[in-house]
Amino acid sequence: MTDRALLATRNLCRNFGGLKAVRDVTLDFRLGQLHAVIGPNGAGKSTFVNLLAGELPPSSGTVLLDGVDISHLAAHARVHSGIARSFQRTNIFKDLSALENVRLAAQAVARGGVFKRASAAVALVEMAQAALQRAGLPWAAHHIAGTLSHGAQRQLEIAMTLATDPKVLLLDEPLAGMGQEEGERIATLLKSLAQDHAVLLIEHDMDFVFKVADVMTVLVDGTVIASGRPADVRTNKDVQIAYLGGHA
Amino acid sequence: MTSTARLLPQSTLGWLLVATLFAVLAVLPMLTSIYTVELVTTAMIAAMFALSVQLLTGATGLVSLGHGALYGLAAYIVYFLSPEGNAAPVWLTLPLAMAGAAVAALAMGALSLRTKGFFFLMVTLAFGQMIYFVFHDTKIGGGTDGAYLAKPLISAFGATLELPRRQRPLGPYYAALVQLIAMYLGLAWLLSTLFGRVLEGIRANEHRMTAIGFNTYRYKLAAFVISGALAGAAGHMWALHRGFVNPEIVGWHKSAEALLMILLGGLGTLAGPIVGALAYTGLGEMAQLITERKLLVEGLVILSVVLILPKGITGIGWRKTTLAKPADEPHEATTPAAGGPS
Repeated sequence: MTDRALLATRNLCRNFGGLKAVRDVTLDFRLGQLHAVIGPNGAGKSTFVNLLAGELPPSSGTVLLDGVDISHLAAHARVHSGIARSFQRTNIFKDLSALENVRLAAQAVARGGVFKRASAAVALVEMAQAALQRAGLPWAAHHIAGTLSHGAQRQLEIAMTLATDPKVLLLDEPLAGMGQEEGERIATLLKSLAQDHAVLLIEHDMDFVFKVADVMTVLVDGTVIASGRPADVRTNKDVQIAYLGGHA
Repeated sequence: MTSTARLLPQSTLGWLLVATLFAVLAVLPMLTSIYTVELVTTAMIAAMFALSVQLLTGATGLVSLGHGALYGLAAYIVYFLSPEGNAAPVWLTLPLAMAGAAVAALAMGALSLRTKGFFFLMVTLAFGQMIYFVFHDTKIGGGTDGAYLAKPLISAFGATLELPRRQRPLGPYYAALVQLIAMYLGLAWLLSTLFGRVLEGIRANEHRMTAIGFNTYRYKLAAFVISGALAGAAGHMWALHRGFVNPEIVGWHKSAEALLMILLGGLGTLAGPIVGALAYTGLGEMAQLITERKLLVEGLVILSVVLILPKGITGIGWRKTTLAKPADEPHEATTPAAGGPS
């Protein structure tokens, strides 16, 4: 764990008309940390990820990557500076093979000409295979993505983010719709990814978060009401009232 | 490792069919009348134009109504380059017509690609109509009446292709065929490259392409300019064949016609626009034999083809062969590979 934040937000706000979806969020995401952001539906979690990924511009406040202000950098350019995201709703190329899905992602950040035959792009295929391997999906390389099981498609989402060789991973509910057993597998994967990335995990499942997170933040109505080690957050009074209910 | 580009024939049989189509076109003049030769020349020029539009429509998922203007502009460029009563050489007119169309496409694409969907369609239409009215409402190029030009000469190293009167239509015929084949092969190559795969990704899911780091605007603009330059080659060939330009060839009808041909031949194949253009021209001829209400018959036939064959003529039975791919991963593992994530 390092002290310096890799990705940070300072007083980040986003309004939709009169609705304040994200208010004044100041958080740090560090290399080697799995930082979970939880909150009830409509708490602004996905908006927050979209602000970090560059799909939405902030209404005010800043996003810093390695100390550099990237608040207004376009989404595709943020990938090149080392931020990769996955989607809450599976967002893959269903007609392409798993390998081609990941190879496209690798191609986006690779240097070299684009007027090379796709079948001759050996380096890209190797990068893609490495990403599939790491996401636990090497067996699916030549399967058409749309025919894979839901859980495997979720893993493919993660493999695609890995193929761009990111420093920061923004994972928006990677467990959505997964069974218990698949969840265990993803937990192991996320812990391993947190060793060499800064991982931001958006998640609904409290038990899962307590199991894997190094740091957690609770977002309610776009505002951070608690942030810290899971054990501390769990006993926080505001959190118990606002979100956990009788859970703790 | 990676499968064939989606728009290309997915099997050897498919490639054989494409080769057969070109071979039939190559021997056709020996079997038919001069009238048919002229007609098929026109159809092949339409095929070149539809093929240029297919790079946007079928490959990238963009529908433009401005390409007719690029096609017509290129024909007018040939007119401007031809001195009064004299023909300009093709080696001069072709590159300049393509370059002119490409520059106009760059301006049109740079503006229109900032919008999406319906708005993109409307901006390309507006841009195209602006070019149309330049030729329609001014004295440039003979105004609404159009103007004749001396057809560009097919010449190389000082030697000019001279044919006896009866064989004269063969010059443009083979010039169109060679360019059509070159365009097909060129686009087939382009679609097999990494660039082609990006276009395919944009068509399938542009949002995801942005999220994995592609500046999709630049790729779309590149496709738009390449497509515009190729539309220019088709417009150039039209001038070479007809020796006449008028505002009609600049208007948006031309763009719509190309889209109809693509729909008829198949949106999902690169051969689709060629087959569609030949079918469309043939349909026009047959309709004319039956009735004076040619457009009505054409409309009905196109409507029924689109309803019965949503993938167009080239989509018939096409997919059957692609499903027979060998499954190189026999067992679908439910657990991660040994070792797991490292």
